[in-house]
Amino acid sequence: MTVRIQTEDFDVGAETAAMRKDNPSIGAIASFVGVVRDMNEGDAVSEMTLEHYPRMTERSIEQIIGQARARWNVIDALVVHRVGVLKPTDQIVLVVIASAHRGDAFAACEFVMDYLKTQAPFWKKERTRQGSRWVDARGADDVAAERWQLKGR
Amino acid sequence: MVTVLYFARLREALGTASEQLALPESVIDLAGLRQALVGRGGAWAQELAEMNRVRAAVNQEMASADTPVNDGDEVAFFPPVTGG
Repeated sequence: MTVRIQTEDFDVGAETAAMRKDNPSIGAIASFVGVVRDMNEGDAVSEMTLEHYPRMTERSIEQIIGQARARWNVIDALVVHRVGVLKPTDQIVLVVIASAHRGDAFAACEFVMDYLKTQAPFWKKERTRQGSRWVDARGADDVAAERWQLKGR
Repeated sequence: MVTVLYFARLREALGTASEQLALPESVIDLAGLRQALVGRGGAWAQELAEMNRVRAAVNQEMASADTPVNDGDEVAFFPPVTGG
């Protein structure tokens, strides 16, 4: 299980290759990549800056992975989240889950991402033609995280 | 003393990222500490009074109004998170 916060970009292929190497019990790997969009709330976004709370960020993501492991078969997990200045088309976040079978990999990957959106201390500031502004939290993200509390195991 | 950290919009509006604070004797929990900071008035009252715009952590764990605050703790105030 690995959590990395970094300014550098990441390579999904290299990360998944490293995960399955020497681990023949893995039968499925699900990955999610979040990308910077050029539009938000109807305005063109030229750049965004990601701020985080060092140490608490890593701890909170490790706890989320721990919850995923308690619910699904998770052989290995990786979360990479970038911070600093990012531009449209840049990758922001990577979640990779390795399981024996796809059902667990898909579910755990989506769960980790949904919880990361509402629990991990990151904040986005975006630059538009009108100037810079902090991005407000979305109610839709709370709904996405809450639905996991209703679902059966 | 407690260490108080501010992030994102709060850090900018308050003009500080962190401070060392002597805990008033009456403060035993997060709600009390927040009230003491709101009492400074100005941007402090404006940014911290409305609790639905502010989240907090004590010792790097998400905290609520009744979370105890003790000498030596690290407390952080920040807007609802927007990662991913």
